[in-house]
Amino acid sequence: MTDFSEILQIVGLSILVSGTSTLIGSVVGVPLGVLVALRKFRGRNFVRTVAFTFYGFPPVLAGLLVFLILSRGGPLGFLGFLFTPIGMILAQSVIVMPIVMGITISAMMTVEKRLHDTSLALGANERQWRTTALHDARVGVFTAVMVGFGRAISEVGTVLIVGGNIRGQTRVLTTAIVLEISQAHYLEATIFGIILFVIAFAVFAFLQRLQAKGVV
Amino acid sequence: MTALRRPREPLPWPSFVTVWRVAFVLAALLILAGMAVSIDLQPRSFIILATTTSARDSGLLDYLVPYFQSDTGIGVRYTAVGTGQALDLGSRGDADVVFVHAPSAELAFMASGQGLCRSPVMMNQFVVVGPNQSDPAGILGLTNATIAFERIRTTHALFISRGDNSGTNIIEKTIWSWVGYTPSTTNDTWYKESGQGMAATLDIASQLVAYTLSDDGTFLVHSANLDLRIDVQHDPALRNFYSVIPVNPSVHPSIFVAGALRFAKWLTSERGQSLIGNYTAGGVRPFQPDGQDLCP
Repeated sequence: MTDFSEILQIVGLSILVSGTSTLIGSVVGVPLGVLVALRKFRGRNFVRTVAFTFYGFPPVLAGLLVFLILSRGGPLGFLGFLFTPIGMILAQSVIVMPIVMGITISAMMTVEKRLHDTSLALGANERQWRTTALHDARVGVFTAVMVGFGRAISEVGTVLIVGGNIRGQTRVLTTAIVLEISQAHYLEATIFGIILFVIAFAVFAFLQRLQAKGVV
Repeated sequence: MTALRRPREPLPWPSFVTVWRVAFVLAALLILAGMAVSIDLQPRSFIILATTTSARDSGLLDYLVPYFQSDTGIGVRYTAVGTGQALDLGSRGDADVVFVHAPSAELAFMASGQGLCRSPVMMNQFVVVGPNQSDPAGILGLTNATIAFERIRTTHALFISRGDNSGTNIIEKTIWSWVGYTPSTTNDTWYKESGQGMAATLDIASQLVAYTLSDDGTFLVHSANLDLRIDVQHDPALRNFYSVIPVNPSVHPSIFVAGALRFAKWLTSERGQSLIGNYTAGGVRPFQPDGQDLCP
């Protein structure tokens, strides 16, 4: 049965994979969201709708797409990323990015309207205006990042398909839960579930503290 | 005069934009580190094995892998999926070696040139299991699964099918074809499909006081938690053969062929065979070694 060091390894990998994919998803998603919210261009509403649609993107489908891309026969197969944590991070980034982007757009658009004219009237240039708007919307953007992490740490579809649930290599909390349930080990599955919940709680508590302290 | 509190100065900590820059650098570093690690791993010291859930759920792989690793110094990363997906991972070149139990699908895999060689490793048997306390279809002690299924059908005793096109599910359908009847969940209220793996299906059968078809390995490993017993066994038609197939490196150059061949040869060697024969689960030895090294 699963021993303590193996549980630690599973927990560590879960945090590493979901944390990194949240980071990547945010680094890409936040600027894209800012751009979409603050630039007026044709099809902006369409982009926004697409971003929101991706909220409902089934992780298994994202997993399948990334699997086909990373598979040896696929376009990035030569990298050998299938069944590795890197592949899992890529797959989760695909899921996190639209969520972060969508919520960022919403957050930015609420401040944008009243801020725009004032800033420019006070002599701000475009860059300063964007920075100010981002600063004003920071709570919303921060929420976007947290929701993205919540999605990443709780999803099972992509990490199962792209990671392969390999013991000691790509097994994370959610895939461990699925495995235990398939073995009818409901007690172990519940314990993993509680660990997952505790981690999510700790991460969100930490992030909220950061926010309350004014760091972000 | 009351001292006026100075208005709180903005914290010396960076603004949101700076935080974002830090995040960007961190993400870039992590990506680079990840790539460095994976490129470093290119001359591999482990094989990727695609296998079926029964090899994992019976506990056999977790038992064998450490022995193979200490004997050869080659690690094994195995992913346990459905039989069809395991062979597909091989034909995509995503796995170095496959370990499955579906002779007809294996022969098709070999015929298409995807496999380097195919060696039989071991066998176990399928058993019909049913409720511990009762036997509504009256099949306890039979050695012919076809007769047992016929009785289940005529007595309308509850039966849980995997319903997932797994190796076990295919055998079950074959037995129904021998009965000459194709049960369907729409017409037969006594016939249910779980759509899940063997262990989960056994648990459902136990909860619903029903019959089901299982490989004996998975059943024996889980029998302590189940209110089920073996009703029908030793039917020669229900033998289940496992083979190991290293993937053909001339089709997929990225295959770690030396490791894959080593694994296939180790499984069929005296050492591997005696380990398989001695594997004990639930107080019994579910696997009968019948290995034969057919690899070059």
